[in-house]
Amino acid sequence: MPEPLLEVKDLKVHFPTHDGLVKAVDGLTFTVQPGETLGVVGESGSGKSVSFLTVMGLISRKSAVIEGQVFFQGHDLLQMTNDELREIRGAKIAMIFQDPMTSLHPFYKVGDQIAEMILAHEDVSKKDAARRAVEMLGEVNIPQPEERAKQYPHEFSGGMRQRAMIAMALSLNPDLLIADEPTTALDVTVQAQILELIDHLQSEFNTAVALITHDLGVVAEHTDHIQVMYAGRIVEEGTGDDIYYKPMMPYTWGLLRSIPRLGHDTDRLTPIKGAPPSLIFLPDGCAFSPRCPYVFDECRLVQPELLPIDGRHATRCHLSYTDRQRILDEEILTSS
Amino acid sequence: MTTVETTPAREARRSGEPLLRLEGIVKHFPITRGIIVQKKVGAVHAVDGVDLDVYPGETVGLVGETGCGKSTLARVAMRLYDATAGRIVLEGRDITDLKGEELRNLRRDMQMVFQDPYASLNPRKTVGTIVGGPMRLHKTVPRDKIKEAVQALMELVGLNPEHYNRYPHEFSGGQRQRIGVARALALRPKLIVCDEPVSALDVSIQAQILNLLSDLQDELNLTYLFIAHDLSVVRHISDRVAVMYLGKIVERGDRDDLYAQPRHPYTGALLSAVPIADPRLAREKQRIILEGDVPSPIDPPSGCRFHTRCPRSRALAKADPQVSEPWMPRCAAEEPELTPFSDTQIAACHYPLDRPIIPLDPS
Amino acid sequence: MIRYIIRRVLWAILVLLIVVFLTYVIFFLLPTGDPAVRLAGKARTPEILAQIREHYGLDHPWYVQYLLFLKRAVLGDQYGWPGLGQSFTTKVPLKETIFSRIAVTAQLALGAAFVWIVIGLSIGILAALRPRTLGDRTAMGLAVLAISMPVFFLGPLALYIFWFKLEWLPGTGYYPLGEYGFGEWFGHWILPWVVLSVLYAAFYARLTRSNLMETMTEDYIRTARAKGLSETRVVLRHGLRAGLTPIVTVFGLDLAALLGGAIITETIFNLPGIGQLTVQSVGTQDLSAIAVITLVAATFVVVANLIVDIVYAFLDPRVRLS
Repeated sequence: MPEPLLEVKDLKVHFPTHDGLVKAVDGLTFTVQPGETLGVVGESGSGKSVSFLTVMGLISRKSAVIEGQVFFQGHDLLQMTNDELREIRGAKIAMIFQDPMTSLHPFYKVGDQIAEMILAHEDVSKKDAARRAVEMLGEVNIPQPEERAKQYPHEFSGGMRQRAMIAMALSLNPDLLIADEPTTALDVTVQAQILELIDHLQSEFNTAVALITHDLGVVAEHTDHIQVMYAGRIVEEGTGDDIYYKPMMPYTWGLLRSIPRLGHDTDRLTPIKGAPPSLIFLPDGCAFSPRCPYVFDECRLVQPELLPIDGRHATRCHLSYTDRQRILDEEILTSS
Repeated sequence: MTTVETTPAREARRSGEPLLRLEGIVKHFPITRGIIVQKKVGAVHAVDGVDLDVYPGETVGLVGETGCGKSTLARVAMRLYDATAGRIVLEGRDITDLKGEELRNLRRDMQMVFQDPYASLNPRKTVGTIVGGPMRLHKTVPRDKIKEAVQALMELVGLNPEHYNRYPHEFSGGQRQRIGVARALALRPKLIVCDEPVSALDVSIQAQILNLLSDLQDELNLTYLFIAHDLSVVRHISDRVAVMYLGKIVERGDRDDLYAQPRHPYTGALLSAVPIADPRLAREKQRIILEGDVPSPIDPPSGCRFHTRCPRSRALAKADPQVSEPWMPRCAAEEPELTPFSDTQIAACHYPLDRPIIPLDPS
Repeated sequence: MIRYIIRRVLWAILVLLIVVFLTYVIFFLLPTGDPAVRLAGKARTPEILAQIREHYGLDHPWYVQYLLFLKRAVLGDQYGWPGLGQSFTTKVPLKETIFSRIAVTAQLALGAAFVWIVIGLSIGILAALRPRTLGDRTAMGLAVLAISMPVFFLGPLALYIFWFKLEWLPGTGYYPLGEYGFGEWFGHWILPWVVLSVLYAAFYARLTRSNLMETMTEDYIRTARAKGLSETRVVLRHGLRAGLTPIVTVFGLDLAALLGGAIITETIFNLPGIGQLTVQSVGTQDLSAIAVITLVAATFVVVANLIVDIVYAFLDPRVRLS
């Protein structure tokens, strides 16, 4: 295994609030290999966005207590000064967000916003930066890029705005692109265009991609490695084949059975009982224990570790491997 | 693949007159411009000639992307907008031009569940008032029995009847949507139009609401017109599906047939675009990526409205040495009619698809 | 964009015409009794009454009078352009009066505006960038205090402290720059400027703070940081640019209203501006003057509205599309 591009070790991000300490991320450990696409799946409150905002240094230390280590190309980002982080942000690690309508500044032209990023990191002339901005708009298949660069964001359609965001993010050829729900706000055919674009650019520029989403379909199609998050931790990770055909954790089972899936017709969906956990009052043991249909005593008392099953397939669950295999064969695979 | 069990209600469809018939529905929104006096310079062709029947006990899924007109069509059908042209017939009765008292009485037969559970409930009213309001207004239940009726409905939709006096902000998103459903049921309507009822909800809550809608349909013999953009959700809940593009229905048919073998290239593109939570099936999927954005409904393309983006037309044009434009000339010149492909599936295309997009059993 | 400007200009002209009409109705049509006597005010000799009757065409029907009024206002009368007539009380053409008084009021308004923009915006920006700190809370607390202290309280208090007791500053009155030199001119302006600006500075501090705070939570600020821009740039070019734009509108209107006369300040500090003229004219029942002042003040507001709308369209590209 080559040296990982990003290595997160036991990351904890806790927000002190009036109601209590919100443990948004609570012991997160994972790696991203160079050029790989990582899918990060979870519902709202799973910590999937906060963890990557922390990697980018966009969570201020004034609002949260951050512990752990985040190694990027060997250096711990959490130990860096603001100036050092700023050099990395945008140039080495770039991020795009969910709503392209509000993520671009409404008062500046699109081309200028892209050029601004280039000028912030590289010593080039304004003219060169502007030219490169137009080139990037062309790379993302925006027709007539010279004219479009002189337009304002509200003159772009939703899909085009997201393309412009991608163009901006990739303009300095970063090693890692973090895409936080990049298609949730878009129509489904536009979604397909954007995901295809990300796939294409990723292989062309050999960028690693962290694709954050709640949509299990999106990660099935576009990722190499998937991690399922719940209450600020990874509860299962593996390849697509592992997660969809050999899932080994009750939350993953619950997710797969609760969504309508093409190719898996059922009369009734099986929702996960209960509600998403409060990040302030987390149970002592496994965070999923209040909602797990297979819970037993140890689950409520002791937090399970993330243990490997096979290769990079790992889960966080107290149930024995044989028990889980049995449940998988008898209940999960037959019903879906 | 398992087969879907049919219920008596679903089997009853197409065994008689439609509950709702939409004939030639057109809805244009005028665009005005002017310095001092506003003058009409154009129109948004939101719905441009739609025919659709909905039979008792069935669920018709209406899919399409932004700007296709599905929400407008639903609101015209519900008489929330006046149609620019066309007829709406409910249980054999022409309701297109009803006004005043008669229009109000219509609300007992048709109701709507809305998309945003946070915006569609009046935050100053209690659940009891919200759900009981229609009953009070239409006098369908005697005043002293309303609370009982409301609480029964609350239980029916899975809410605790003791929360009768609570306000919407005290409930979660999924519970608020249940309140919306309860309100829609208050007058015991026959038809419920669901306008993207689960799009704004978390994944785990979506399943609960979808199950609820399905159970209620069986218990109360309801008919649904279900609008959504998520094709996985539509497949799960619908008996028949209609696909809209730029104000027109481009394909319509039985759910299984349509998903197994779509005929219109836009349906094909939609199916190809849906992310499938099954890597192997996803790999077997035919990849169709549309170019560009949806054209403006103010000035729809000539001929077939989809021709500017149609991958099939493009592919055929490329392969044909006699064609110099990027698409087939017939597609640009002539608007295709809806032609039947079986007794249930119709599509409007000059060069319909003949290979599946996703290998699904048409059982 | 051009279409937008044209539309706004046409509306502004329409509003001005309505303003002229309403002024005419209020001051000349509505009141009962002999208009000539009213216009003459306290000096009603038969000659003056005849003069008035002729000047205003009082023997003609009201719409003719109005048209004459309008014609004079727009095209000018025997005293020049605009045709504002004459005050029968002071016997001085109103045009001269108004113009010389506007000069004083303008100095007051612009000077105070400069002070309140500088102070108000700085405090607002600093408070917004350090929310809920001691500095922020102190600043906002002082702002509330400042808003609660009206000019008629602060003015005399300031005069008492700085002129009477400490003798740091000269007293009231207006000492034009041309005749008296910078020291005298400035010395007499400090107190009026500061006193008038206190209220506005407080308002603007609060407004800036809330606007900027809200702007800094917007998604595009997060994008700007994600691009690796320096925090200074994020705040100045991305935050302020969007957060301060609404303040332009408010500022334009505030300034226009002030140009119509800061009555209390001018009275306290004995400044011969429009405000002082208003007080005097009401006192002497000089109807012509009051009518003209009303017209002038209203015109300022309409024109300011127009300018502000156009400037806003320059600042916010989304507005231009309509």
